[in-house]
Amino acid sequence: MKAVTVSEGSVLQNRFGVFKHLEWIGKPFGSKVFSNKGGFVYLLAPTPELWTLVLSHRTQILYIADISFVIMYLEVVPGCLVLESGTGSGSLTTSLARAVAPMGRVHTFDFHEQRAGSARDDFERTGLSSLISVRVRDIQGEGFPNEFAGLADAVFLDLPQPWLAIPSAAKMLKQDGTLCSFSPCVEQVQRSCETLQNCFTDIRTFEVLLRTYEVKEGKMENLNGDNNDSNGSLPCKRRQRSDGSYAPDTSVSSVMARPSGEARGHTGYLTFARLKCL
Amino acid sequence: MSSSANGNNSNNGRVTWEGCSVLLDINDGDRLVFARLSPAAKLKIGNKNCSLQPLIGTPFGSLFELDGTSLSPLIPSPQADATNNEEIKEDGQPNAESRDNRELVDNNTAQTLTGEDIEAMRRQGAGGNEIIEALIANSATYDKKTAFSQEKYRRKKQKKYAPKVLLRRPVARSICEAYFKKYPSKIGFLRVDTLSLLLSMANVSANSDILVVDMISGLLTGAVAERLGGTGFVCNSYLGQSPYSMDIVRIFNFSDEICKRIVRCPIADLLSSKESPEQTLQVADVNDACNVESQSNDPMGATANTDEISHSPGNGISDLGTENAENENIPVIRACKATKAGEKAPQETIDSWKENGFSSLLIAAPEMDIWPLVRDVLPLLSNSAPFAIYHQYLQPLATCMHNLQLAKMAIGLQISEPWLREYQVLPSRTHPSMQMSAFGGYILTGTKICSSSC
Repeated sequence: MKAVTVSEGSVLQNRFGVFKHLEWIGKPFGSKVFSNKGGFVYLLAPTPELWTLVLSHRTQILYIADISFVIMYLEVVPGCLVLESGTGSGSLTTSLARAVAPMGRVHTFDFHEQRAGSARDDFERTGLSSLISVRVRDIQGEGFPNEFAGLADAVFLDLPQPWLAIPSAAKMLKQDGTLCSFSPCVEQVQRSCETLQNCFTDIRTFEVLLRTYEVKEGKMENLNGDNNDSNGSLPCKRRQRSDGSYAPDTSVSSVMARPSGEARGHTGYLTFARLKCL
Repeated sequence: MSSSANGNNSNNGRVTWEGCSVLLDINDGDRLVFARLSPAAKLKIGNKNCSLQPLIGTPFGSLFELDGTSLSPLIPSPQADATNNEEIKEDGQPNAESRDNRELVDNNTAQTLTGEDIEAMRRQGAGGNEIIEALIANSATYDKKTAFSQEKYRRKKQKKYAPKVLLRRPVARSICEAYFKKYPSKIGFLRVDTLSLLLSMANVSANSDILVVDMISGLLTGAVAERLGGTGFVCNSYLGQSPYSMDIVRIFNFSDEICKRIVRCPIADLLSSKESPEQTLQVADVNDACNVESQSNDPMGATANTDEISHSPGNGISDLGTENAENENIPVIRACKATKAGEKAPQETIDSWKENGFSSLLIAAPEMDIWPLVRDVLPLLSNSAPFAIYHQYLQPLATCMHNLQLAKMAIGLQISEPWLREYQVLPSRTHPSMQMSAFGGYILTGTKICSSSC
């Protein structure tokens, strides 16, 4: 899967052949288009989920399991003001923008000027610039800008030393506002939780993972090939042929599912908290 | 951002108002109660019936303490676990005294204060905290416990003698967690992380028209409406002629703008190619929306003002318990005025959906055979629209996925099972929580594609 900006003169070249963009223009999203060699691709409408799978990684990114849980647990809804640091590759930022649209805003900060610039370019490209502001700022060193004090509905931290940013986050949040800190290492989590106790309550730490399944139509061969007992082969329905032997009943669904062998073991710990009411 | 005059300001309403729904969290999640705040509303804690009046007009997130028979605001102390931090000395070793439980004998003789003594203290006006201090002072074994153990003891006594009530805002997260904890069957065992995945994977966002088949009491419908924020539409559709229950929607405190966006329509109407003959049902459906509470026969209580989700076995208060009696008459009238969610979708809207297609599809029908339903409604989506289907069982989703592949109706198909684990994070005591949810359901996702005929 690949993100492509369609323009008249361009082509897409891959192992399936050469695709002219010109032939795509005017076709509905979801169409199947063909190359000069007869290979095909599907043209899909972009969504934050698909974007997360194709964006260029300037840093390690957050994936859908963490992203969706963060947005639900931070209680982000249209109209919210969300502060984020660091921006990284903008994976979560894209989903945050969707969640706050159209009236809300995401203000994201990264201390790396070049990466902030790349993120800004990405948001232009995906049409989200009106919802997201990207600034270069060292949140661990300087905290969030005072202009947002008391205005943020939610704050998200993905920093190496989030405890340094937590006091500032507390100043930014509205009462009962939500905070989330994402850290790969448990030592970071412990230190963050200790710091959170001053101004925050409802401190909870989670791990979220996704297990995928493979689906296959079962073709169950009997070892004997005739109507005797199956020697340990999987049970399946059989119908009796006119000559008395049994054949597998092809009209019965023998679709089977099993978990995929590969899985992500760990991304990071998600620590959530609410600003205490005073 | 201040709440509007009528207080009916859902996503930015951070202060309670009369008539709003709240989630009361008693003693750190031991007991969860949905309630509607009114001057007459009451909550039973232990054997005391407290008025909920003090909660009206306070910010969500406020903590209250049972002080005699009334709830009074409690300012949370700054460093709750300060004592635990002291346990670790600079060299990283535990406290030099190295207490442990080798001498502790559990023979019920450690506490010298009797039940009558405590009652006598109460009558003399002693507050909960005084009683707790007295219990500690009269415990023979308290001093021999480790600091962690002392903290645990103190917290246990606090729950009994000085119960706390936390005022929580009902939003998708808190509502889903509360139901999953106590009445998971009512929401088809949909866990909060699974719900969050459904919303993301179906690209639920503002200005979208989302088709929903919700057989989990309206939790999915409400969560989608919350993300739409008063734009677009969520079409709660149903097989046959009777709409499914949408009880949970009313707990969300949705504003009128959001309620208007929640509409209902029989699937048959969406599929039919001519003008809908269902106009005569319109009146019945409007009444449906108003009386959805009285019609439903679910265990959460038809006209209940207070929906009790009791976690701790000791309480044993039924859902239609005495605390509901005082408030029975109020909600039905209020519901008709305040809740307009679930009106029949207007014909022009149905027509525009037929022409443009829905932006995405969400199904939570955890008891149904999925494939026939998906086969019928997937064509209602616009091209390249994502869909997410939740089910309790793997096989129906596997069959559905397989058939979708064969029929070339969708690509990017995936069956996922979310995994969620909570951690206890405390100095020297960090580990995964002892309890864990083993199962939160399965999700089938994909993108609808333009079949060769289009």
